[in-house]
Amino acid sequence: MGSRRTLRWLVGGPPFLFLVVFFLLPALIMVVASLRYPGEFGGLAPLFGARPGEDSGLTAESYTVFFGDWVYFEIFAKSFGVAGLTTLVCLLMAYPLAALIARRPRTERNLMVLLVVLPFASNFLVRVYAWMIILGPFDLLFNRFAVICGMVYVHLPFMILPLYTNLEKHDPVLLDAAQDLGANAWQRFWRVTFPLSLPGIFSGSALVFIPVLGMFAIPEILGGKDDWIVGNMIKESFLGTRDWPFGSMLSLMLTLAVLAVAGAASWLAARGMRRA
Amino acid sequence: MALLEIRNVTRRFGSLTAVDNVSFSVEAGEFFTLLGPSGCGKTTLLRMIAGFDLPDAGAIVLDGVDMADTAPERRPIHTVFQSYALFPHMTVSQNIAFPLRMAGIAPAQIAARVKEALALVHLEEKERHYPHELSGGQKQRVALARSLVSRPRLLLLDEPLGALDAKLREEMQVELLEMQREVGITFVFVTHAQSEALALSDRIAVMNAGRIEQLDEPSRLYGIPRNRFVADFIGKINMLEGEVAESGDGRVRLRVPGLGEVQARVDGAPRAGSTAAVALRPEQVRIAGPDAPLDLPNRYRGKVHDFLYVGDVTTYIVDLPNGQQLQALLPNSSPGRAKFFEVGDPVSVAWPAEAGVVLTE
Repeated sequence: MGSRRTLRWLVGGPPFLFLVVFFLLPALIMVVASLRYPGEFGGLAPLFGARPGEDSGLTAESYTVFFGDWVYFEIFAKSFGVAGLTTLVCLLMAYPLAALIARRPRTERNLMVLLVVLPFASNFLVRVYAWMIILGPFDLLFNRFAVICGMVYVHLPFMILPLYTNLEKHDPVLLDAAQDLGANAWQRFWRVTFPLSLPGIFSGSALVFIPVLGMFAIPEILGGKDDWIVGNMIKESFLGTRDWPFGSMLSLMLTLAVLAVAGAASWLAARGMRRA
Repeated sequence: MALLEIRNVTRRFGSLTAVDNVSFSVEAGEFFTLLGPSGCGKTTLLRMIAGFDLPDAGAIVLDGVDMADTAPERRPIHTVFQSYALFPHMTVSQNIAFPLRMAGIAPAQIAARVKEALALVHLEEKERHYPHELSGGQKQRVALARSLVSRPRLLLLDEPLGALDAKLREEMQVELLEMQREVGITFVFVTHAQSEALALSDRIAVMNAGRIEQLDEPSRLYGIPRNRFVADFIGKINMLEGEVAESGDGRVRLRVPGLGEVQARVDGAPRAGSTAAVALRPEQVRIAGPDAPLDLPNRYRGKVHDFLYVGDVTTYIVDLPNGQQLQALLPNSSPGRAKFFEVGDPVSVAWPAEAGVVLTE
């Protein structure tokens, strides 16, 4: 038994340690950072032993600013709107494609999946700039539409892959059974295929929704000044105004908001399952 | 008028003719079985009756209506699939309610009929369970209840007992029969298991290579097989090949090389000199000591090659003088006797003339 335990630690230990050092600790550092004063020349003010006239110690000032101004709430709402819309468009485009791939002969499927991930082979920025060249001549740049185009384009494979993985596992005899028992094509989709694909929809949506919230490059390149989302604000806090406590606070708020959305979604899903 | 008529149905896949000009009809209330080895076309035929596949030629007629233009979801025919095909995201009740919901029946009525169907298959206490929480036999019952709840004109069963273990399969056979009598729905049952077919069916169509070899009641199929395929496929049988010496008056004398003459009954009058076989069920062969008085026209000496003791009966495999082996069944009903003969014992085997069936095909 002892050797089995050793083995478990040998296998699980390194990734565990890695996550503690590079995920858990930084997250805690960020919580603390969000409660400190910004340094005079950016970064953070010291916690102890400040020079006279300099701020030190802990403060909730970032939070006061955040909750004291509607503008932050609006940016959050806008970000969730952009992320939600991107997720929805990705879902509507990915579902038929994933279903189509899942129904092809096995040998063709692998090739099609390869084609889906092929865009990753070219540089992310190049792909985003390409949209400038596409949308520019039609005068469609620097607005919400261009941002959504870019977001959908970049994140589409993340929706297709989990959906495909799910749909491919469906037993085709279930559709035969549904048809045999009187279900037409519409009913077969909504009563069998769709409910069975919900896990794929949820994981695909999470893989699109969450990265979009943190994305700053696409709004910066394709959007106008009004199209900034949380990701841009966080980036600006750290690299522009160099107000690290504020950036940390924003980042934490974003994490909490995402967790809240995910929690609400899984609660709704569980309730829906029970009712269906 | 028959409930279901299969008229000259043919289905080809490329160069393979899966169903070859098949015709038969099924009466209302009948338990009809399509029996045959895998690849004989029985499942293709079933899929065409359900509507998942269409014949290349011929017609499938239900209640006098040609089903060619009726989609599967509009046919009053339901199927029990071999894998049960229960919807994994629905509870037992929801699965059973599915066809009723598709038919647009009022919710209050659905609840009552689901209850009724659950009672029919004795699964009242499982209504809130999901399929993955059920045993194989329970899944089977849910699939049956789901297919029967909306009272189809015809129920198709595609090897429904194939995935169950032997004991459960026998229990389900009895239940299936009772259920069919209770609901009075016509069953078309597909199987490759001949014992299952014999036990359950009113009539059986034995299929081979896309054709029906024989369509008859179980006892006639077993007792009077029409050809070598049917004789061999249904039950155990001894086959003695020979040449017709003389025939007439419903009797035939066959010359079997190395053995001598064999007498059997025959329907027609096979031409003298033609080849034929005598098919003989093991339970019709008497086996006795070498000098026992057996007053039967077919009597031969042999030696016990081996025996299989299976409890109620023992099957003896006897080496005949011509090198062929003959199976003979002996019931173990006499008290205190575990065995009658040992391997190597000389014995005589005999059977009456009426026991053997002459096969010319």
